[in-house]
Amino acid sequence: MAIKKRHLMLGNMACVHGAIYAGMKFFAGYPITPSTEVAEGCARELPKIGGKFIQMEDEIGSIAAIIGASVAGVKSMTATSGPGYSLMVENIGYAYMTETPVVIINVQRGGPSTGMPTKGSQADTMQARWGTHGDYTAIAVAPSTVQECLTETVRAFNLAERFRTPVTVLLDEVIGHSREMVTIPEKGELQIYNRIKPACKPEDYVPFEMTPNGVSPMAGLGEGYRFNVTGLTHDIMGFTTNRPDEVAPKLDKLAGKILNYRDETVKMRMEMMPDAEIAFISYGSVSRAALQAVMLARKAGVKVGTVQLYTIWPFPDKQLIEACSGCKKVIVGELNMGQLVYEVARVLPDNIQIHAIQRYDGEFLTPMQLLEKLDEVI
Amino acid sequence: MEDSKIIFSRPTALKPTVTHYCPGCTHGVIHRLVAEVLDELNLREKTLGVAPVGCSVFAYNYINTDFLEAPHGRAPALATGFKRLRPDMIVFTYQGDGDLASIGMGEIVHAANRGEKFTVIFVNNGIYGMTGGQMAPTTLEGQITTTSPKGRNVAEVGMPIRICELLSSLVTPAYLERVAVHTPQHIIRAKRAVRKAFTYQTQNRCFSLVEFLSTCPTNWGLTPGESVRWVEENTLKYYPLGCFKDPDKEVKTDGTV
Ligand SMILES: Cc1ncc(C[n+]2csc(CCOP(=O)(O)OP(=O)(O)O)c2C)c(N)n1
Ligand code: SF4
Repeated sequence: MAIKKRHLMLGNMACVHGAIYAGMKFFAGYPITPSTEVAEGCARELPKIGGKFIQMEDEIGSIAAIIGASVAGVKSMTATSGPGYSLMVENIGYAYMTETPVVIINVQRGGPSTGMPTKGSQADTMQARWGTHGDYTAIAVAPSTVQECLTETVRAFNLAERFRTPVTVLLDEVIGHSREMVTIPEKGELQIYNRIKPACKPEDYVPFEMTPNGVSPMAGLGEGYRFNVTGLTHDIMGFTTNRPDEVAPKLDKLAGKILNYRDETVKMRMEMMPDAEIAFISYGSVSRAALQAVMLARKAGVKVGTVQLYTIWPFPDKQLIEACSGCKKVIVGELNMGQLVYEVARVLPDNIQIHAIQRYDGEFLTPMQLLEKLDEVI
Repeated sequence: MEDSKIIFSRPTALKPTVTHYCPGCTHGVIHRLVAEVLDELNLREKTLGVAPVGCSVFAYNYINTDFLEAPHGRAPALATGFKRLRPDMIVFTYQGDGDLASIGMGEIVHAANRGEKFTVIFVNNGIYGMTGGQMAPTTLEGQITTTSPKGRNVAEVGMPIRICELLSSLVTPAYLERVAVHTPQHIIRAKRAVRKAFTYQTQNRCFSLVEFLSTCPTNWGLTPGESVRWVEENTLKYYPLGCFKDPDKEVKTDGTV
């Protein structure tokens, strides 16, 4: 790559470099603040590496186009924000059902509706899990620095390819529009996962075969393995079925292939946790404020730590319980009216008190606000 | 002062505020034409405007009528619901070319085909203004934008869409006219088209759409003066002015009556 080692870079642009590092060769998108720089970056960078960029007529077309490209065997991505993500959710469901790996960057902004295009938010946290209709399990990851925009995008591609499923990268406007120093890793420095291709002869290919781990090898359409892809509930050959003994196993496969291997998806960062009596739990830009708050509080002798979630979905139940096992209290900080806190409450045992600090006025949570909350909670 | 009379003033349908539009942007001129016509036809108090998502999202800050601001591209659908329930009201949508010709293409074609009795003010500046200069369906061949950094490659993305011509292929009667506002003469002619569109609506005649060839100096990377020349030398060559459909007249497909 013509790019030198350290760069002052926009969070959105780091996503582009992460995607290219992971092997993305196709991007389809539609402009929307605060994610547009991802599309613009792809328009400039993809042609240089033999990839293809296309601006579609809207977000529905964009997500459909990347699914089409992924079915052809190519790593594909789109990027958007709230209104666009809402338009995409039907097709994201199609990607779940057809088990098509794609990556969707959602640079969250204030909502609902057109909301606040230039203001950050984390109010799409639940949407990334429950956005589309029907039964399925979602994967979503979240960076908190510009460097992590790159590495989490790489991880999103790896998870998408590993589990044959769409993966959402949840940024927020603050991170997408921050500029920080970024190191682009050398080739081979980060592990890259590619979808498993069928090893059998084309005539023996079972496209949605029930494998032990639930992930079926994926041929590219047009590569000689004749198969059928449909959003209708389908049997292992990819043809429509209403048979109860085929429908339930298909849905079990969609959920099980991820949930049975959720340890592979988990990524958390814990700071000052071993002796912590109180812990902040957060993701994205809030985690940065939490880290700062913890450093300051530690100087004053408060036994507080922080848990940052990089994987939001599937929610890291087991790991969070372990991480907080020494705590009497936790404080969940988020840029919405309370979403993550429901998961924390679902997971943590009753003897841990759960407190929440939320901000949904378009501004971000500051270390001082977190410290004030800490004071109140102690 | 008794002998003096007012011969020129701000239309009452325009609020006395400063707009947020960039210098040399013709959104403001188009707002004014709409406001003047609403005044002259005495429609202000029974008019609903439907604003798009785009630079003119704030049309409701300037045009003094009731307003709905639509989700991106959906103005014609919102307008349809409203106008069907309140045929006594005058309804107009105000939409950019990203809003109308890209994400909202389905809505505009179907509204026109159903013959919805509202008026569309369609502002074609060949680019996405609000989001910072991306390619629009109307961007000219070779024109540089942030998502066509080497210029619009028509082999890959097709030729710019001519909305008036496209809608004129529908059989349902409609009034469709393309106008420009880069010179005073063009502005005078444009106003006639706006007047006609609203008049047809008051008569409950047909769907009406006036396409304005507008400017976006900021994202074209040109001065206001250069933008006027750009319209003259480039935009007009590809987008012929004229009436493409009129319920009163047989109109040929090349736009001549
Ligand atoms: C569903 C959705 N997608 C994208 C956007 C972002 N967006 C806001 S304005 C706009 C385009 C505006 O361009 P245009 O319609 O040409 O109007 P102009 O600003 O040039 O007047 C876009 C894509 C949005 N608000 N909602
Ligand atoms: S960005 Fe372009 S369309 Fe928007 S106000 Fe400025 S000149 Fe007008």
